[in-house]
Parts: sequence; C-alpha cells; structure tokens
Amino acid sequence: MLDDFMWRALFAGVLVAMAAAPLGCFVVWRRMAYFGDATAHAAILGVALALLLNVSIFLGVLTVALVMAGCVSLLSGRGYAMDTLLGVMAHSALAVGLVAVSFLAGVRIDLNAYLFGDILAVGKSDLWIIGGGVALVLILLFWRWSSLLTATLSDELAHASGLHPRREQLVLTLALALVVAVALKVVGVLLIAALLIIPAATARPFCRTPEVMAMVAAGVAMLAVTAGLRAAYVMDTPTGPTIVTLAAVLFTLATVTTQSWRFLRQRIQ
Amino acid sequence: MRLAHPPDSDAILSVRQLGVRFGGQQILENINLDLYRQQVVTLIGPNGSGKSTLVKTLIGAVTPTSGQVTIAPQQRIGYVPQRLHLDPTLPMTVKRFINLPRRHPRRDVHKALEDAGAEALTHAAMSELSGGQFQRVLLARALLVKPDILILDEATQGLDHRGTAAFYQHIESVRHAYGCAVLMVSHDLHVVMRTADHVLCLNRVICCQGEPEHVASSPHYQALFGDQTAQTLALYRHHHQEAANVG
Repeated sequence: MLDDFMWRALFAGVLVAMAAAPLGCFVVWRRMAYFGDATAHAAILGVALALLLNVSIFLGVLTVALVMAGCVSLLSGRGYAMDTLLGVMAHSALAVGLVAVSFLAGVRIDLNAYLFGDILAVGKSDLWIIGGGVALVLILLFWRWSSLLTATLSDELAHASGLHPRREQLVLTLALALVVAVALKVVGVLLIAALLIIPAATARPFCRTPEVMAMVAAGVAMLAVTAGLRAAYVMDTPTGPTIVTLAAVLFTLATVTTQSWRFLRQRIQ
Repeated sequence: MRLAHPPDSDAILSVRQLGVRFGGQQILENINLDLYRQQVVTLIGPNGSGKSTLVKTLIGAVTPTSGQVTIAPQQRIGYVPQRLHLDPTLPMTVKRFINLPRRHPRRDVHKALEDAGAEALTHAAMSELSGGQFQRVLLARALLVKPDILILDEATQGLDHRGTAAFYQHIESVRHAYGCAVLMVSHDLHVVMRTADHVLCLNRVICCQGEPEHVASSPHYQALFGDQTAQTLALYRHHHQEAANVG
C-alpha cells in the first residue's frame, strides 16, 4: 500500500492533521495565530540553511523554527505590542529565507514545493519522520493537556495551582516547531498556519468543552486533507492549496449553518 | 539574609521585608504580615497601591525582589482571582473548568459547588454565566483544594450591592465550614468593618494596620480615602452600635 504515492500522501496528510488540529486549538485559544505564521515562515530559512550545510531539511526547519519561536517568546512583553512584533518577524523571516535560498547557486531547488507543499512526493522515509514528529507532538499535548489549559485560562490561576506558565509556553513552542517541520511537506510554509487555525475555528461552534473541540478539529482537518487530495487529483490542481481551500469551505459551511440556525431560533422565540 | 523579625512560627503565612520592583519602580516596600489560622485579614488601599501585586506575590505569580514569603508546610491555598477573561473561542463548562488542572471526585465537585452556592450551574457554559455566578464558580474552584488559606483579590468587582452582599455571605459561611483563614482585597468598606479581624492599609508600604475601627480613625487612612469614606465608616459604626443597643 505504501508503494502507492497517493496512499503515502494520504497517510502523511492525515497524520499531520491529527497533530496540527489540536495544537491549532491552543493557537486559537491563546491568540497566537501570528506566532504560528512567524514560526512557519521561518521554515524557509531552515530549508536554505539545510541545503547549504547539507543536512536533513527536517532538521534544518526544526532548528530554525525553534529558534524563531524562542525569539518571539523571549521578546514578548518587552515593550512591543505582540501583533506588531510578530508581524515584523513573520514577514522578515519569509523574506530573509527567500533571499537566502537565492544565494544557493548551483543547487536547483523547486521553491514552490517548499512554499506550497509537495505532498505527492512524500517518500517512505518522509513518512517515518512525519509519523515520529506527530507522535511526539501528541505525546506532549496529552502529557501537558490540563496544565496547558489552565495556563491558557489564566497565568495567575496556573501559578496558584503550582504550575509554571512559562514552561507550558515552552511546551507549546516545541510542539509548534515540530508541527511546522512535519507540515512543510504537506502544505508548505505559506499555508501551515491555515492547517492550524481553520480546523479549530470550524470546530468551535459545535463544542462545549476543549477536549471535544480538539477532537472535532482533528476530524475536520482529516476530512479536509482527504477531500483535498481527491479534489486535487480530479481537478489537477496544486494539492496543498486545494487542501486548505477544502478546509476553508468546511469553515464557511459551519459558520453559515450555525449563524443561520441561531438567527432562525431567535426569530421563532 | 538576616531578617529583623523571623517569620512567626504560629502563623500559617508570614511575609517578611517583602519588596517588589518592576522596571525601576518600587511597587511594594518592606511589607511584613502574618496570617493566623481562621483569621480574616483585609487589604485595602487606593488604586495602584500594590494590593494586587502583593496577592500575586503570595500565590507565587510574582517573584519578590527582596524579602520572603513563608507558608507553613502542607497548607493549601485557594485563590479567587479578581476577574477572569475567558477567550470566547475556548469552549468551557463549569464542570470542566472546576476540574482544572486536576480532576476531583464527583462528590467533592458537587460539595464545592454547593458550598459556593453554584450547584445549579454544574453543566452551564462559562460564557453564559452572569458576573455573580462566575465569581461563585471561581470560589467553588478555590474550595475544591480544601484550602487552609483562601485568598481573594477584589472578588466582587463589577457586582452590584446585592451580588456583593450575597458573595460575602458565602465567604462567611465557607470560612466557618472549612475553618480556613481568609486574606482578601476589598473595596467594600461595610464588609471590611463587619467581617475583618485585621485590616492592612496599603500604599506601597503598609501605612497603617490593626482592627477595623483603629484603621478607620487613623490619619493615614483618612488622608488616603478622604473624609467621605471616613464618614461612611462612622455612619456604619453608629448604626451598628444603635442596633446593638436596641438588641
């Protein structure tokens, strides 16, 4: 089965969706959307460095994403408004990364594959790396789940319960860097943040507890990946953007139905 | 570091020569306080006087620049924050919220909600609660740890008179039921007069302290809060004495 590139693509996509969606819930709850963007955009710099130093791209991206996320964590709360800071970092990281790639004379790389993903080219070894990364993210989230939630509610409540919000922030940062590194192949640096945020946003109106929201988000993400792969195959469109488009369609459907349901209920009452 | 007075070994919470400095600004200076079993200590002070910072230091959310906070071994702290903003994207029921970060047996959860007067809210969404209901749920969450010390940071802010009175009534009954000490920041001077054993008036330093009547008559207190509040207190005492005479 794994000899078929479509099956490998499907496996890779579903695996990444399983990790990205629950993590994406935290990104939404903690208003870290730009944080995800900055970390993801920095990945292109990681690609350039990995090619330059001739190390694995996964390793290069993971390192740079970690450094980027660490920088943002350190700089936050030091005088700049967070969204300004992240706006600067997100776009600078992308620009510097693109410039760095152009310096790699003699290396022929397909920039599009890194910007928009190349899920159909996932090999067996990629699948192992993605599986390992996803497992690590899920273990981190399971292990720290309640502490992460408490720290998300309020730093003070977390402190009063004997937790350390900075440490929980670090856990999220690490998980985010891992997701960026494994999602690069699936949707590319420009659309990783979409895979984090759109499923979580789609799930929100249907859920009453955080756990249910994480699971529904994972379902939405897996559905988007599966349907996106199929649609891209049938319509011969780029796969990564098609997956994100499908997620956007699901979000729109969810929003329109819940809003009109609410409107109708108010009219009836 | 040598301390002028060592922490009181009878106290369940002792603060000695505590100082907190943020970016070159001294927020708290030379704070000493002792909290004893079943005592109710109220912290009053104008805005920006460091009340919240002191509370945050006690729960470990702020690291003191100097001095120390000593909590007697195995004393559990229940903390009720000032206000809690829940992001609307985070779905949360009362039941789930109360079980964070640790799950508790269903019976304990029920009892805590009951003691806080929130037993009807178990399955409600946090986003649907009124201000008063929200505070009662926060109180229930603090009670779940079976606290020896209950710390409340302006827990009735934003509540109307009735809501405030009801909330303090719960605190009062909870205090007796749990036998815990209470340290609270409060603006409700009537409540301070009625319930506090000891009042600390804070304005970066502790500018006066003692029994409520003593603090109310202190010139420091009158300088900080003005004549009007002093009159409120005088009026309260007057009524109080009359009621006592009649009764």
